[in-house]
Amino acid sequence: MKFTSVFDIIGPVMIGPSSSHTAGAARIGRVARDLFGRQPKWVKIYLYGSFAETYRGHGTDVAIVGGLLDYDTDDERIKTAFEEAQKAGLQFEFIPETANKEHPNTARLLMGDDAGEMSVEGISIGGGKIEISEVNGFKLRLTGGMPAILVVHDDRAGCIANVANCLAMHDVNIGHMEVSRIERGLTALMVIEVDQNIDDRIIEQISYIPHITKVSKINN
Amino acid sequence: MDVLFRSVRELVDLAENEGKLISELMIEQEMLISGRSRDEIFAQMDRNLTVMEEAVERGLRGVQSVTGLTGGDAVLLQNYIAQGKSLAGDLLLDAVSKAVATNEVNAAMGTICATPTAGSAGVVPGTLFAVKNKLNPTREQMIRYLFTSGAFGFIVANNASISGAEGGCQAEVGSASAMAAAAIVEMAGGSPQQSSEAFAITLKNMLGLVCDPVAGLVEVPCVKRNAMGASNSLVAADMALAGVTSRIPCDEVIGAMYRIGQAMSPNLKETARGGLAATPTGKAITHAIFEGGNLKDILKSRTVSH
Repeated sequence: MKFTSVFDIIGPVMIGPSSSHTAGAARIGRVARDLFGRQPKWVKIYLYGSFAETYRGHGTDVAIVGGLLDYDTDDERIKTAFEEAQKAGLQFEFIPETANKEHPNTARLLMGDDAGEMSVEGISIGGGKIEISEVNGFKLRLTGGMPAILVVHDDRAGCIANVANCLAMHDVNIGHMEVSRIERGLTALMVIEVDQNIDDRIIEQISYIPHITKVSKINN
Repeated sequence: MDVLFRSVRELVDLAENEGKLISELMIEQEMLISGRSRDEIFAQMDRNLTVMEEAVERGLRGVQSVTGLTGGDAVLLQNYIAQGKSLAGDLLLDAVSKAVATNEVNAAMGTICATPTAGSAGVVPGTLFAVKNKLNPTREQMIRYLFTSGAFGFIVANNASISGAEGGCQAEVGSASAMAAAAIVEMAGGSPQQSSEAFAITLKNMLGLVCDPVAGLVEVPCVKRNAMGASNSLVAADMALAGVTSRIPCDEVIGAMYRIGQAMSPNLKETARGGLAATPTGKAITHAIFEGGNLKDILKSRTVSH
Protein backbone atom coordinates (compact mmCIF):
# COMPACT_ATOMS: atom_id res chain seq x y z
CA MET A 1 0.00 0.00 0.00
CA LYS A 2 1.40 3.34 -1.06
CA PHE A 3 -0.68 5.45 1.31
CA THR A 4 -0.73 4.29 4.91
CA SER A 5 -1.82 7.25 7.03
CA VAL A 6 -5.00 9.33 7.03
CA PHE A 7 -2.69 12.34 7.12
CA ASP A 8 -1.37 11.36 3.69
CA ILE A 9 -4.93 12.09 2.55
CA ILE A 10 -6.05 14.92 4.86
CA GLY A 11 -2.74 16.77 4.80
CA PRO A 12 -0.05 17.86 4.58
CA VAL A 13 -0.44 21.43 5.71
CA MET A 14 1.48 23.20 3.00
CA ILE A 15 2.17 26.25 0.90
CA GLY A 16 0.23 25.98 -2.37
CA PRO A 17 -0.38 25.56 -5.14
CA SER A 18 0.20 21.82 -5.79
CA SER A 19 0.65 18.94 -3.39
CA SER A 20 2.46 16.80 -5.96
CA HIS A 21 4.44 19.62 -7.48
CA THR A 22 5.04 21.88 -4.48
CA ALA A 23 4.77 19.91 -1.20
CA GLY A 24 6.11 16.68 -2.74
CA ALA A 25 8.90 18.62 -4.42
CA ALA A 26 9.86 20.30 -1.14
CA ARG A 27 10.01 16.89 0.52
CA ILE A 28 12.23 15.47 -2.24
CA GLY A 29 14.62 18.39 -1.73
CA ARG A 30 14.62 17.98 2.02
CA VAL A 31 15.18 14.22 1.97
CA ALA A 32 18.00 14.73 -0.55
CA ARG A 33 19.60 17.21 1.87
CA ASP A 34 19.15 14.70 4.71
CA LEU A 35 20.81 11.97 2.67
CA PHE A 36 23.67 14.28 1.69
CA GLY A 37 24.03 15.00 5.38
CA ARG A 38 24.33 18.78 5.08
CA GLN A 39 23.37 21.62 2.80
CA PRO A 40 25.14 21.16 -0.53
CA LYS A 41 27.00 24.07 -2.16
CA TRP A 42 25.64 23.38 -5.60
CA VAL A 43 22.85 21.30 -7.11
CA LYS A 44 21.74 20.40 -10.61
CA ILE A 45 18.04 19.57 -10.66
CA TYR A 46 16.88 17.39 -13.55
CA LEU A 47 13.10 17.39 -14.04
CA TYR A 48 11.08 14.76 -15.90
CA GLY A 49 7.49 14.33 -17.14
CA SER A 50 4.91 16.64 -15.63
CA PHE A 51 7.61 18.20 -13.42
CA ALA A 52 9.55 19.23 -16.54
CA GLU A 53 6.45 20.63 -18.25
CA THR A 54 4.92 22.63 -15.42
CA TYR A 55 7.56 23.26 -12.78
CA ARG A 56 7.51 27.04 -13.05
CA GLY A 57 3.75 27.37 -12.74
CA HIS A 58 3.55 24.99 -9.80
CA GLY A 59 6.39 26.48 -7.79
CA THR A 60 8.21 23.13 -8.05
CA ASP A 61 11.46 25.03 -8.51
CA VAL A 62 11.21 27.16 -5.37
CA ALA A 63 9.88 24.16 -3.41
CA ILE A 64 12.83 21.87 -4.25
CA VAL A 65 15.28 24.64 -3.39
CA GLY A 66 13.30 25.28 -0.17
CA GLY A 67 13.58 21.60 0.72
CA LEU A 68 17.33 21.72 0.11
CA LEU A 69 17.41 24.59 2.61
CA ASP A 70 15.67 22.24 5.11
CA TYR A 71 12.23 23.89 4.90
CA ASP A 72 9.12 21.86 5.70
CA THR A 73 6.09 21.87 3.33
CA ASP A 74 4.36 24.68 5.25
CA ASP A 75 7.36 26.97 5.60
CA GLU A 76 6.44 30.44 4.30
CA ARG A 77 10.04 30.95 3.16
CA ILE A 78 9.41 28.50 0.27
CA LYS A 79 8.04 31.48 -1.66
CA THR A 80 11.37 33.32 -1.41
CA ALA A 81 13.58 30.21 -1.51
CA PHE A 82 15.67 31.49 -4.45
CA GLU A 83 16.73 34.58 -2.53
CA GLU A 84 17.28 32.53 0.63
CA ALA A 85 19.47 30.10 -1.36
CA GLN A 86 21.63 32.94 -2.55
CA LYS A 87 22.09 34.11 1.05
CA ALA A 88 22.87 30.56 2.16
CA GLY A 89 25.42 30.04 -0.64
CA LEU A 90 23.50 27.35 -2.50
CA GLN A 91 23.88 27.46 -6.28
CA PHE A 92 21.18 25.74 -8.29
CA GLU A 93 20.34 25.00 -11.89
CA PHE A 94 17.16 23.48 -13.36
CA ILE A 95 17.38 21.15 -16.33
CA PRO A 96 14.04 20.03 -17.82
CA GLU A 97 14.50 16.64 -19.53
CA THR A 98 12.45 15.08 -22.30
CA ALA A 99 13.20 11.43 -21.42
CA ASN A 100 10.29 9.43 -20.01
CA LYS A 101 10.66 8.12 -16.49
CA GLU A 102 8.50 5.40 -14.94
CA HIS A 103 6.58 8.04 -12.96
CA PRO A 104 5.41 11.36 -14.45
CA ASN A 105 6.60 13.45 -11.47
CA THR A 106 10.29 12.65 -11.19
CA ALA A 107 13.24 14.80 -10.15
CA ARG A 108 16.92 13.87 -9.99
CA LEU A 109 19.17 16.01 -7.84
CA LEU A 110 22.90 15.93 -8.42
CA MET A 111 24.45 17.85 -5.55
CA GLY A 112 27.79 18.40 -3.98
CA ASP A 113 30.35 20.49 -2.14
CA ASP A 114 34.11 20.37 -1.60
CA ALA A 115 33.76 17.14 0.40
CA GLY A 116 31.68 15.06 -1.99
CA GLU A 117 28.87 14.55 -4.47
CA MET A 118 25.62 12.62 -4.37
CA SER A 119 22.76 11.88 -6.74
CA VAL A 120 19.22 11.37 -5.44
CA GLU A 121 16.15 10.64 -7.56
CA GLY A 122 12.70 11.17 -6.09
CA ILE A 123 9.14 10.76 -7.32
CA SER A 124 6.07 12.60 -6.10
CA ILE A 125 3.24 10.09 -6.04
CA GLY A 126 0.30 12.35 -5.12
CA GLY A 127 -1.06 14.32 -2.21
CA GLY A 128 2.44 15.39 -1.16
CA LYS A 129 3.68 11.86 -0.64
CA ILE A 130 7.04 10.92 -2.13
CA GLU A 131 9.34 7.99 -2.73
CA ILE A 132 13.08 8.04 -3.24
CA SER A 133 13.73 5.80 -6.23
CA GLU A 134 17.49 6.02 -6.71
CA VAL A 135 20.58 7.06 -4.72
CA ASN A 136 24.00 7.23 -6.43
CA GLY A 137 22.78 4.90 -9.16
CA PHE A 138 21.29 2.34 -6.76
CA LYS A 139 17.64 1.58 -7.37
CA LEU A 140 15.61 1.56 -4.18
CA ARG A 141 12.19 2.35 -2.81
CA LEU A 142 12.16 4.62 0.19
CA THR A 143 9.08 6.51 1.31
CA GLY A 144 10.67 9.10 3.54
CA GLY A 145 7.74 8.48 5.88
CA MET A 146 9.86 6.39 8.26
CA PRO A 147 13.26 7.18 9.73
CA ALA A 148 15.86 5.33 7.68
CA ILE A 149 19.59 4.75 7.28
CA LEU A 150 21.36 4.28 3.98
CA VAL A 151 24.72 2.51 4.13
CA VAL A 152 27.02 2.28 1.13
CA HIS A 153 29.50 -0.57 1.65
CA ASP A 154 31.81 -3.03 -0.04
CA ASP A 155 29.93 -6.15 -1.11
CA ARG A 156 31.60 -8.46 1.47
CA ALA A 157 30.31 -11.13 3.85
CA GLY A 158 29.59 -9.85 7.35
CA CYS A 159 28.90 -6.19 6.49
CA ILE A 160 25.16 -6.50 6.92
CA ALA A 161 25.51 -8.45 10.18
CA ASN A 162 27.93 -5.86 11.59
CA VAL A 163 25.54 -2.98 10.87
CA ALA A 164 22.57 -4.92 12.26
CA ASN A 165 24.59 -5.73 15.40
CA CYS A 166 25.50 -2.10 15.91
CA LEU A 167 21.82 -1.12 15.68
CA ALA A 168 20.83 -3.94 18.05
CA MET A 169 23.40 -2.74 20.58
CA HIS A 170 21.65 0.62 20.64
CA ASP A 171 18.21 -1.00 20.90
CA VAL A 172 17.17 0.21 17.44
CA ASN A 173 14.51 -1.99 15.86
CA ILE A 174 14.65 -2.60 12.10
CA GLY A 175 11.24 -2.35 10.42
CA HIS A 176 12.27 -3.06 6.84
CA MET A 177 15.56 -3.67 5.09
CA GLU A 178 16.77 -3.97 1.51
CA VAL A 179 20.19 -4.60 0.07
CA SER A 180 21.06 -3.88 -3.54
CA ARG A 181 24.29 -3.97 -5.49
CA ILE A 182 25.28 -2.80 -8.92
CA GLU A 183 27.71 -5.68 -9.49
CA ARG A 184 28.63 -8.65 -7.26
CA GLY A 185 31.74 -8.11 -5.14
CA LEU A 186 31.84 -4.35 -5.71
CA THR A 187 29.72 -1.72 -3.97
CA ALA A 188 26.37 -2.40 -2.32
CA LEU A 189 23.73 -0.33 -0.57
CA MET A 190 21.71 -1.19 2.53
CA VAL A 191 18.44 0.66 3.06
CA ILE A 192 17.25 0.16 6.63
CA GLU A 193 13.94 1.56 7.86
CA VAL A 194 13.84 1.84 11.63
CA ASP A 195 11.25 2.64 14.26
CA GLN A 196 12.82 5.76 15.75
CA ASN A 197 15.03 8.65 14.68
CA ILE A 198 18.70 7.74 14.76
CA ASP A 199 21.21 9.60 16.84
CA ASP A 200 24.28 11.02 15.02
CA ARG A 201 26.49 9.06 17.41
CA ILE A 202 25.13 5.75 16.04
CA ILE A 203 25.66 6.94 12.47
CA GLU A 204 29.27 7.75 13.36
CA GLN A 205 29.78 4.30 14.90
CA ILE A 206 28.40 2.58 11.82
CA SER A 207 30.76 4.62 9.65
CA TYR A 208 33.74 3.14 11.57
CA ILE A 209 32.75 -0.46 10.73
CA PRO A 210 35.20 -2.02 8.19
CA HIS A 211 34.13 -1.88 4.52
CA ILE A 212 31.51 0.81 5.19
CA THR A 213 32.09 3.76 2.88
CA LYS A 214 29.18 6.09 3.52
CA VAL A 215 26.28 6.37 5.96
CA SER A 216 23.30 8.71 5.53
CA LYS A 217 20.09 9.04 7.46
CA ILE A 218 16.59 10.40 7.09
CA ASN A 219 14.82 11.46 10.23
CA ASN A 220 11.06 11.64 10.37
CA MET B 1 0.74 -4.34 6.52
CA ASP B 2 -2.24 -4.95 8.76
CA VAL B 3 -5.13 -2.61 7.98
CA LEU B 4 -8.79 -2.73 8.95
CA PHE B 5 -10.09 -2.03 5.44
CA ARG B 6 -8.79 -1.93 1.88
CA SER B 7 -12.05 -1.44 -0.03
CA VAL B 8 -15.28 0.48 0.49
CA ARG B 9 -17.12 -2.85 0.81
CA GLU B 10 -14.85 -3.90 3.69
CA LEU B 11 -15.19 -0.48 5.31
CA VAL B 12 -18.98 -0.40 5.16
CA ASP B 13 -19.36 -4.04 6.27
CA LEU B 14 -17.07 -3.45 9.22
CA ALA B 15 -18.91 -0.26 10.21
CA GLU B 16 -22.30 -1.95 10.02
CA ASN B 17 -21.27 -5.21 11.72
CA GLU B 18 -19.61 -3.40 14.59
CA GLY B 19 -22.11 -0.54 14.77
CA LYS B 20 -19.33 2.03 14.32
CA LEU B 21 -19.04 5.25 12.39
CA ILE B 22 -16.70 5.29 9.39
CA SER B 23 -14.76 8.09 11.07
CA GLU B 24 -14.24 5.82 14.08
CA LEU B 25 -12.77 3.05 11.93
CA MET B 26 -10.40 5.53 10.30
CA ILE B 27 -9.25 6.69 13.73
CA GLU B 28 -8.76 3.08 14.90
CA GLN B 29 -6.80 2.22 11.78
CA GLU B 30 -4.57 5.27 12.21
CA MET B 31 -3.86 4.22 15.80
CA LEU B 32 -3.02 0.72 14.57
CA ILE B 33 -0.68 1.88 11.81
CA SER B 34 1.05 4.78 13.54
CA GLY B 35 1.13 3.42 17.08
CA ARG B 36 0.03 6.86 18.26
CA SER B 37 -2.73 7.56 20.76
CA ARG B 38 -6.25 8.66 19.92
CA ASP B 39 -5.55 12.05 21.52
CA GLU B 40 -2.45 12.67 19.41
CA ILE B 41 -4.27 11.74 16.21
CA PHE B 42 -7.27 13.91 17.09
CA ALA B 43 -4.97 16.81 17.93
CA GLN B 44 -3.24 16.61 14.55
CA MET B 45 -6.56 16.55 12.70
CA ASP B 46 -7.74 19.45 14.86
CA ARG B 47 -4.73 21.46 13.66
CA ASN B 48 -5.54 20.58 10.04
CA LEU B 49 -9.10 21.79 10.62
CA THR B 50 -7.77 25.09 11.97
CA VAL B 51 -5.61 25.54 8.85
CA MET B 52 -8.72 24.97 6.73
CA GLU B 53 -10.73 27.53 8.71
CA GLU B 54 -7.99 30.12 8.37
CA ALA B 55 -7.66 29.52 4.64
CA VAL B 56 -11.41 29.96 4.09
CA GLU B 57 -11.47 33.15 6.17
CA ARG B 58 -8.52 34.53 4.26
CA GLY B 59 -10.11 33.69 0.92
CA LEU B 60 -13.40 35.30 1.91
CA ARG B 61 -11.54 38.52 2.74
CA GLY B 62 -10.23 38.43 -0.84
CA VAL B 63 -6.88 37.30 -2.28
CA GLN B 64 -5.15 37.57 -5.65
CA SER B 65 -2.75 35.04 -7.12
CA VAL B 66 0.73 36.15 -8.15
CA THR B 67 -0.27 35.99 -11.82
CA GLY B 68 -3.55 37.81 -11.27
CA LEU B 69 -5.40 34.96 -13.02
CA THR B 70 -7.50 34.05 -9.98
CA GLY B 71 -8.75 35.62 -6.77
CA GLY B 72 -11.75 37.57 -5.60
CA ASP B 73 -14.50 35.22 -6.81
CA ALA B 74 -15.24 33.91 -3.30
CA VAL B 75 -16.03 37.49 -2.31
CA LEU B 76 -18.30 37.99 -5.34
CA LEU B 77 -20.22 34.86 -4.41
CA GLN B 78 -20.65 35.89 -0.76
CA ASN B 79 -21.92 39.32 -1.84
CA TYR B 80 -24.36 37.64 -4.20
CA ILE B 81 -25.64 35.30 -1.47
CA ALA B 82 -26.11 38.31 0.83
CA GLN B 83 -28.45 39.89 -1.73
CA GLY B 84 -30.81 36.96 -1.13
CA LYS B 85 -31.25 36.19 -4.81
CA SER B 86 -29.47 32.85 -5.13
CA LEU B 87 -31.25 30.33 -7.33
CA ALA B 88 -29.33 27.20 -6.29
CA GLY B 89 -29.83 27.86 -2.58
CA ASP B 90 -27.75 29.65 0.03
CA LEU B 91 -26.15 26.55 1.58
CA LEU B 92 -25.01 25.19 -1.78
CA LEU B 93 -23.58 28.52 -2.89
CA ASP B 94 -21.97 29.02 0.50
CA ALA B 95 -20.13 25.70 0.02
CA VAL B 96 -19.14 26.77 -3.47
CA SER B 97 -17.81 30.13 -2.28
CA LYS B 98 -15.82 28.54 0.54
CA ALA B 99 -14.33 25.94 -1.80
CA VAL B 100 -13.35 28.79 -4.12
CA ALA B 101 -11.94 30.75 -1.17
CA THR B 102 -9.62 27.87 -0.26
CA ASN B 103 -8.38 27.35 -3.80
CA GLU B 104 -7.84 31.05 -4.32
CA VAL B 105 -5.61 31.06 -1.24
CA ASN B 106 -3.83 27.99 -2.62
CA ALA B 107 -3.24 29.70 -5.98
CA ALA B 108 -1.84 32.70 -4.10
CA MET B 109 0.75 30.40 -2.49
CA GLY B 110 -1.01 30.64 0.86
CA THR B 111 -1.11 27.97 3.57
CA ILE B 112 -3.70 25.25 3.02
CA CYS B 113 -4.30 21.66 4.03
CA ALA B 114 -4.18 19.26 1.07
CA THR B 115 -7.46 17.27 0.96
CA PRO B 116 -6.44 15.00 -0.70
CA THR B 117 -4.28 17.32 -2.83
CA ALA B 118 -3.64 21.04 -2.97
CA GLY B 119 -5.39 21.48 -6.32
CA SER B 120 -8.48 19.83 -4.82
CA ALA B 121 -8.15 21.37 -1.35
CA GLY B 122 -11.36 23.40 -1.52
CA VAL B 123 -14.13 20.82 -1.64
CA VAL B 124 -13.81 19.10 1.74
CA PRO B 125 -13.54 22.32 3.83
CA GLY B 126 -15.97 24.21 1.58
CA THR B 127 -18.75 21.70 2.11
CA LEU B 128 -17.87 21.24 5.79
CA PHE B 129 -18.12 24.92 6.70
CA ALA B 130 -21.36 25.28 4.73
CA VAL B 131 -23.18 22.31 6.27
CA LYS B 132 -21.86 23.40 9.65
CA ASN B 133 -24.35 26.28 9.58
CA LYS B 134 -27.20 23.86 8.99
CA LEU B 135 -26.24 20.87 11.16
CA ASN B 136 -24.50 22.71 14.03
CA PRO B 137 -21.88 19.99 14.62
CA THR B 138 -19.58 19.91 17.64
CA ARG B 139 -15.84 20.44 17.08
CA GLU B 140 -15.42 16.67 17.44
CA GLN B 141 -17.99 16.02 14.72
CA MET B 142 -16.18 18.46 12.44
CA ILE B 143 -12.93 16.61 13.04
CA ARG B 144 -14.75 13.33 12.37
CA TYR B 145 -15.89 14.78 9.03
CA LEU B 146 -12.22 14.90 8.06
CA PHE B 147 -11.60 11.32 9.22
CA THR B 148 -14.58 10.06 7.21
CA SER B 149 -13.31 11.93 4.13
CA GLY B 150 -9.89 10.47 4.84
CA ALA B 151 -11.18 6.88 5.06
CA PHE B 152 -12.63 7.06 1.56
CA GLY B 153 -9.62 8.97 0.27
CA PHE B 154 -7.33 6.30 1.69
CA ILE B 155 -9.16 3.64 -0.33
CA VAL B 156 -9.09 5.68 -3.55
CA ALA B 157 -5.41 6.56 -3.14
CA ASN B 158 -4.45 2.90 -2.69
CA ASN B 159 -6.77 1.39 -5.31
CA ALA B 160 -6.76 4.12 -7.96
CA SER B 161 -5.04 7.50 -7.66
CA ILE B 162 -5.36 10.97 -6.18
CA SER B 163 -2.82 12.52 -8.54
CA GLY B 164 -3.76 14.59 -11.59
CA ALA B 165 -0.53 13.59 -13.29
CA GLU B 166 -1.43 9.92 -12.89
CA GLY B 167 -5.21 9.91 -13.28
CA GLY B 168 -6.43 13.31 -14.47
CA CYS B 169 -8.63 15.69 -12.49
CA GLN B 170 -11.17 12.92 -11.81
CA ALA B 171 -8.51 11.56 -9.42
CA GLU B 172 -8.10 14.92 -7.66
CA VAL B 173 -11.30 16.94 -7.52
CA GLY B 174 -13.33 13.82 -8.33
CA SER B 175 -11.90 12.00 -5.32
CA ALA B 176 -12.19 15.08 -3.11
CA SER B 177 -15.84 15.60 -4.01
CA ALA B 178 -16.75 11.97 -3.45
CA MET B 179 -14.90 11.99 -0.10
CA ALA B 180 -16.83 15.11 0.96
CA ALA B 181 -20.16 13.57 -0.11
CA ALA B 182 -19.54 10.53 2.09
CA ALA B 183 -18.61 12.75 5.04
CA ILE B 184 -21.68 14.98 4.63
CA VAL B 185 -23.86 11.87 4.82
CA GLU B 186 -22.26 10.74 8.06
CA MET B 187 -22.55 14.19 9.62
CA ALA B 188 -26.22 14.38 8.58
CA GLY B 189 -26.89 11.06 10.32
CA GLY B 190 -26.96 8.77 7.28
CA SER B 191 -25.73 5.17 7.37
CA PRO B 192 -22.27 3.95 6.29
CA GLN B 193 -23.93 2.36 3.26
CA GLN B 194 -25.50 5.71 2.36
CA SER B 195 -22.04 7.32 2.63
CA SER B 196 -20.76 4.82 0.08
CA GLU B 197 -23.73 5.50 -2.22
CA ALA B 198 -23.03 9.25 -2.05
CA PHE B 199 -19.38 8.57 -2.79
CA ALA B 200 -20.19 6.39 -5.79
CA ILE B 201 -22.77 8.83 -7.21
CA THR B 202 -20.34 11.75 -6.96
CA LEU B 203 -17.35 9.98 -8.47
CA LYS B 204 -19.43 8.50 -11.29
CA ASN B 205 -20.34 12.00 -12.34
CA MET B 206 -16.77 13.22 -12.38
CA LEU B 207 -15.30 10.29 -14.34
CA GLY B 208 -13.18 11.22 -17.30
CA LEU B 209 -12.37 14.69 -16.00
CA VAL B 210 -9.07 15.74 -17.53
CA CYS B 211 -6.29 17.66 -15.81
CA ASP B 212 -5.47 20.56 -18.14
CA PRO B 213 -4.16 23.47 -16.08
CA VAL B 214 -3.58 26.61 -18.13
CA ALA B 215 0.13 27.49 -18.08
CA GLY B 216 0.61 24.56 -15.70
CA LEU B 217 -0.72 26.72 -12.87
CA VAL B 218 -3.17 25.46 -10.26
CA GLU B 219 -5.62 28.23 -11.14
CA VAL B 220 -7.61 27.79 -14.35
CA PRO B 221 -9.74 25.67 -14.33
CA CYS B 222 -8.84 24.21 -10.90
CA VAL B 223 -10.55 26.86 -8.75
CA LYS B 224 -13.90 26.53 -10.51
CA ARG B 225 -13.66 22.75 -10.64
CA ASN B 226 -13.54 22.79 -6.86
CA ALA B 227 -16.66 24.95 -6.88
CA MET B 228 -18.53 22.50 -9.07
CA GLY B 229 -17.10 19.57 -7.12
CA ALA B 230 -18.53 21.00 -3.90
CA SER B 231 -21.99 21.33 -5.44
CA ASN B 232 -21.72 17.75 -6.74
CA SER B 233 -20.97 16.54 -3.22
CA LEU B 234 -23.99 18.21 -1.70
CA VAL B 235 -26.40 16.99 -4.36
CA ALA B 236 -25.07 13.42 -4.17
CA ALA B 237 -25.26 13.46 -0.36
CA ASP B 238 -28.87 14.58 -0.55
CA MET B 239 -29.63 11.88 -3.13
CA ALA B 240 -28.11 9.17 -0.92
CA LEU B 241 -29.95 10.47 2.15
CA ALA B 242 -33.16 10.37 0.12
CA GLY B 243 -32.55 6.67 -0.48
CA VAL B 244 -31.15 6.83 -4.01
CA THR B 245 -28.49 4.17 -4.63
CA SER B 246 -25.74 3.76 -7.20
CA ARG B 247 -26.36 0.84 -9.54
CA ILE B 248 -22.60 0.40 -9.94
CA PRO B 249 -20.99 -0.54 -6.60
CA CYS B 250 -18.61 1.98 -5.10
CA ASP B 251 -15.42 -0.10 -5.46
CA GLU B 252 -16.22 -0.76 -9.10
CA VAL B 253 -16.60 2.98 -9.71
CA ILE B 254 -13.15 3.48 -8.16
CA GLY B 255 -11.78 0.74 -10.45
CA ALA B 256 -13.35 2.43 -13.46
CA MET B 257 -11.79 5.74 -12.45
CA TYR B 258 -8.37 4.11 -12.27
CA ARG B 259 -8.67 2.49 -15.69
CA ILE B 260 -9.97 5.69 -17.31
CA GLY B 261 -6.95 7.49 -15.86
CA GLN B 262 -4.62 4.86 -17.34
CA ALA B 263 -6.27 5.21 -20.74
CA MET B 264 -6.08 9.01 -20.74
CA SER B 265 -3.52 10.70 -22.96
CA PRO B 266 -0.55 12.19 -21.07
CA ASN B 267 -1.53 15.48 -22.75
CA LEU B 268 -4.57 15.52 -20.47
CA LYS B 269 -2.76 14.65 -17.24
CA GLU B 270 -1.27 17.80 -15.74
CA THR B 271 1.22 18.42 -18.53
CA ALA B 272 -0.52 21.61 -19.71
CA ARG B 273 -0.28 20.26 -23.26
CA GLY B 274 -3.98 19.61 -23.90
CA GLY B 275 -7.52 20.61 -23.07
CA LEU B 276 -8.07 24.16 -21.82
CA ALA B 277 -4.31 24.71 -21.59
CA ALA B 278 -4.08 24.22 -25.36
CA THR B 279 -6.88 26.64 -26.31
CA PRO B 280 -5.85 29.90 -28.03
CA THR B 281 -6.54 31.87 -24.85
CA GLY B 282 -4.84 29.22 -22.70
CA LYS B 283 -1.73 29.50 -24.87
CA ALA B 284 -1.89 33.30 -24.87
CA ILE B 285 -2.04 33.28 -21.07
CA THR B 286 0.93 30.90 -20.93
CA HIS B 287 2.89 33.16 -23.27
CA ALA B 288 1.98 36.24 -21.24
CA ILE B 289 3.06 34.70 -17.95
CA PHE B 290 6.30 33.07 -18.98
CA GLU B 291 7.45 35.09 -21.98
CA GLY B 292 6.45 38.56 -20.95
CA GLY B 293 3.22 39.11 -22.90
CA ASN B 294 0.46 41.34 -21.58
CA LEU B 295 -1.83 39.27 -19.35
CA LYS B 296 -4.05 42.22 -18.46
CA ASP B 297 -5.04 42.76 -22.09
CA ILE B 298 -5.90 39.08 -22.49
CA LEU B 299 -8.02 39.05 -19.36
CA LYS B 300 -9.69 42.35 -20.27
CA SER B 301 -10.72 40.96 -23.64
CA ARG B 302 -12.84 38.35 -21.88
CA THR B 303 -16.39 39.53 -21.32
CA VAL B 304 -16.79 36.90 -18.62
CA SER B 305 -14.00 36.99 -16.03
CA HIS B 306 -11.48 34.12 -16.30
